[in-house]
Amino acid sequence: MNRRTLQRKITDALNVLSSKKPVKCTMYLTAVILFFVLILVPPILGIAIKWGTIQEVLDQPQLIGRTLSAVANSFAIALLVSALDVLAGIPMAWLITRGKSKWLSALDTLADLPFIVPTAALGYSLLLFWNDPQGVSALFGGSLISPGWLLVVLLHFTFSYPVVVRVLVGALLDYKKEYEQASRTLGAVPFMAFRTVTSPILKPSLIAAFIMSFARSLSETGATFIVAGAFENGPVFLQNMKQGFSDGLVTQATYEGATVFASVILIAISCAIFAFIRIFGSKLKLPFKGMWPNIERKLSYSKAAFSRNTTTMIVFVIIVLLPALFVALPAFQAVFTKTLPDAFSGSGVWSDYWQSLLLSYGLGAIVTVLGFIIGLPMAILIARKKLGKSLSALLDILVNIPLIVPSIALGVSLKFFWKDSFPLMPEMLLLIFAHLAITYPYIVKSMAAAFERISMDMEEAARTLGAKPFSVFSTIIMPLTKYSILSGAIMVFTRSVSETGATVAVVTSLRTAPVVIVDWVKGVVPATSLEIGLGCGLLILLSFIILFALRLVTRGKGRY
Amino acid sequence: MPDVRVANLTKKFGEITALDNINLHIHDQEYFALLGPSGCGKTTLLRLIAGLIEPDSGEIYIGEKRVDNVPPEARDIGFVFQTFALFPHMTAWENVLYGPRVKNFDLKKAETIGDEVLEMVKLHERLDAYPNELSGGMMQRIAVARALAAGAKTLLLDEPLGQLDAKVRNEIRYEIRKMAKDLNLTAIHVTHDQAEAMSISDRIAVMKKGKIVQVGTPQELYLQPSSLFVAHFIGESNFLEGSVVDSSDGELKIELRGGVKVDAVGGVGKGERVVLAIRPEIFAVEVGTHRRKNTLRGKIDKITFEGTFIRYVIRFESQDSAVVIRPSLAETWMSIGTEVTLSFEPEKAHVFAYPAAGLMEEISV
Repeated sequence: MNRRTLQRKITDALNVLSSKKPVKCTMYLTAVILFFVLILVPPILGIAIKWGTIQEVLDQPQLIGRTLSAVANSFAIALLVSALDVLAGIPMAWLITRGKSKWLSALDTLADLPFIVPTAALGYSLLLFWNDPQGVSALFGGSLISPGWLLVVLLHFTFSYPVVVRVLVGALLDYKKEYEQASRTLGAVPFMAFRTVTSPILKPSLIAAFIMSFARSLSETGATFIVAGAFENGPVFLQNMKQGFSDGLVTQATYEGATVFASVILIAISCAIFAFIRIFGSKLKLPFKGMWPNIERKLSYSKAAFSRNTTTMIVFVIIVLLPALFVALPAFQAVFTKTLPDAFSGSGVWSDYWQSLLLSYGLGAIVTVLGFIIGLPMAILIARKKLGKSLSALLDILVNIPLIVPSIALGVSLKFFWKDSFPLMPEMLLLIFAHLAITYPYIVKSMAAAFERISMDMEEAARTLGAKPFSVFSTIIMPLTKYSILSGAIMVFTRSVSETGATVAVVTSLRTAPVVIVDWVKGVVPATSLEIGLGCGLLILLSFIILFALRLVTRGKGRY
Repeated sequence: MPDVRVANLTKKFGEITALDNINLHIHDQEYFALLGPSGCGKTTLLRLIAGLIEPDSGEIYIGEKRVDNVPPEARDIGFVFQTFALFPHMTAWENVLYGPRVKNFDLKKAETIGDEVLEMVKLHERLDAYPNELSGGMMQRIAVARALAAGAKTLLLDEPLGQLDAKVRNEIRYEIRKMAKDLNLTAIHVTHDQAEAMSISDRIAVMKKGKIVQVGTPQELYLQPSSLFVAHFIGESNFLEGSVVDSSDGELKIELRGGVKVDAVGGVGKGERVVLAIRPEIFAVEVGTHRRKNTLRGKIDKITFEGTFIRYVIRFESQDSAVVIRPSLAETWMSIGTEVTLSFEPEKAHVFAYPAAGLMEEISV
């Protein structure tokens, strides 16, 4: 039997299976059960198991105060950063989609760069740029921005900037220019057209971008820890607690109690905020009446456009791009010293570096593939509303929950659940579950969005031509959604490679690349700045190569 | 009350020339149609006048004012989009009030204007509905009302009836013309439907491949087409090829394919190849063989009943064919295979020089 016949037989078998209702039901049911059992329920139960430890915290008023203040800092920073990201992202997305220069497609790619830099490396890069004498501080004699809340704001602004710009570019590309043109033929100057017509229509995307930035800011741990200094937000506080416990300064009960306490408050308030946004966001209406018509007129035409574009580019280059890539500098320096051969020989601090890289990328690949397998049926359920409108909407909301839970809290509660129920569970499996839980929402959301964009007409056309469900999926839906799926895969992969907080919470013996980098930067493992630079540089280079290769594969295919 | 004038207007999109050195003058308060097949440049011209795109060269005047560098919101125009472009986040009522509110009219004044224009478009219900809840016909009326409410004196319509079904289309087109006339507007209406253009326009510009082919009243275009393309695009024409065997003082003797000789009128010289364009209703038809001036003999090949008319396709001995239409209720119907004699008056046929690129290419859309 040659390969083609085998392929044919497999396709036929799958087609027959996919036409049978019981088979389809089993597939969807399994996906939903796996979602609950692996993704949604363990973190909740994990916290429930350790509920009693909260008492430890409630007995220590100082600890309560510290926890609450850390949580408050988390929300304050998240709100500030998300607002800034959206405000800065709109003119950038506008420039990319509406600008007339041919350099703008290059800008589109450049805007993605901070996203592919693993966050730990990003944190170190920003630290170098803003704080180290090698960076901008050289111009000011003395460090310009020391580790603290401002650096955390800059960091969070930077790593969410590409995501926000990507969402807004997508929204603007889908946006029918005719609405804006109609409002201008009715007498509205461009700024007023934007205010009264374009932004209300784009509101769902603006809100989605805001939420993504907000959730990411709440949950990011590794890089924040690098740049926070003495400042504590939620994840940094939890990281400090863990460190204290490892150093013997804090009892296990106190550590677990603080973790549960902080996590519960973070999760509860986040859920409340997201529910609020979801319910009231659509009702939010900016007042129609222009209060300053002269200002709106001035803001509309070429001089204003020029200064707006210039400011946008300055913000992008100086606050986002240069700092994100700054770590390349010591990396280049390291290439010309002994550091490079040392790196390749695995001596000194490099002894577990390559292993950690291998672990990170291997884990990323496993998590991406597994995630797509178990997430695909879920995405179909949601996109095609197979369970009816309200159940599908409920599933959509539930899938979002791991997004808003701070990753370190997620990791800790997962550890509580799995370790306590299955003490002999191998750490690798625990790590896979943790990363799966964190990346699952990205997978399902990106696939569901891609499927939703394909009109039912195409599926129906294929079926009237005789295609069975599996064939409809493999010959129509998959080819059309390839680009989105691959973008989703890239997001998932980079997210997993970057993930620090959950990793440190969940495992003790396995160290992924970001964990190693954080240890080096924080001095837990003594490493020179050249070594750190090279370590980050290699990590970025590898991620870049993978991203570039994936982009090449999808280049030129229709955007879907 | 402005007139609209474009001079030497050119617009290219990459390699494609959408408009090639267009000159056109639309008079004040005229209802003017831009008519042509897809890709002829009519929508491009409309959008240039609106200011939604910029010309590569040339000038645009609305009234006395040169506007090629003026943005759309300052040109005092109303635009009705083919897809209506009703703001999806506003109700029908809010859409209509948008123009007055942008001009900072107080709410009372805006609402009065809104009521007036909705009265004109005869829509009083479903005003609280959002556009995605409305039918095509209602959306169209709201789109027109919105453009009128803004108070502009020049109304630009981009295939406003394209999304509507046939019956609705036929009714609404007269209403739009009436509204424009009642408000003393200058209206420019883009369409590919020649029946639509003919029924409501004061004058029409026929366009093809970026150029204006002929400008005139509907009667002028129908009765005196200046080119084969216009003869074909406006109404229907039969095309018979031949060559001039004798020519004196504008009177021509033309030998058609198959040897038949007919008389016609035109300024073509002896020996030249020509095409005769004859409208289906110009032919007189008689059963049997008769001797008349300008006769063509053939057999009925095909019959189609079209309600008001019957369409006969007659095949001549030369294998050319001609379409003849006769009123369906006014006379006895003929049947397939009947031998008939067609005749026509020489002045009623249009004579054109045979086009260099070939007949099919010349009349193709």
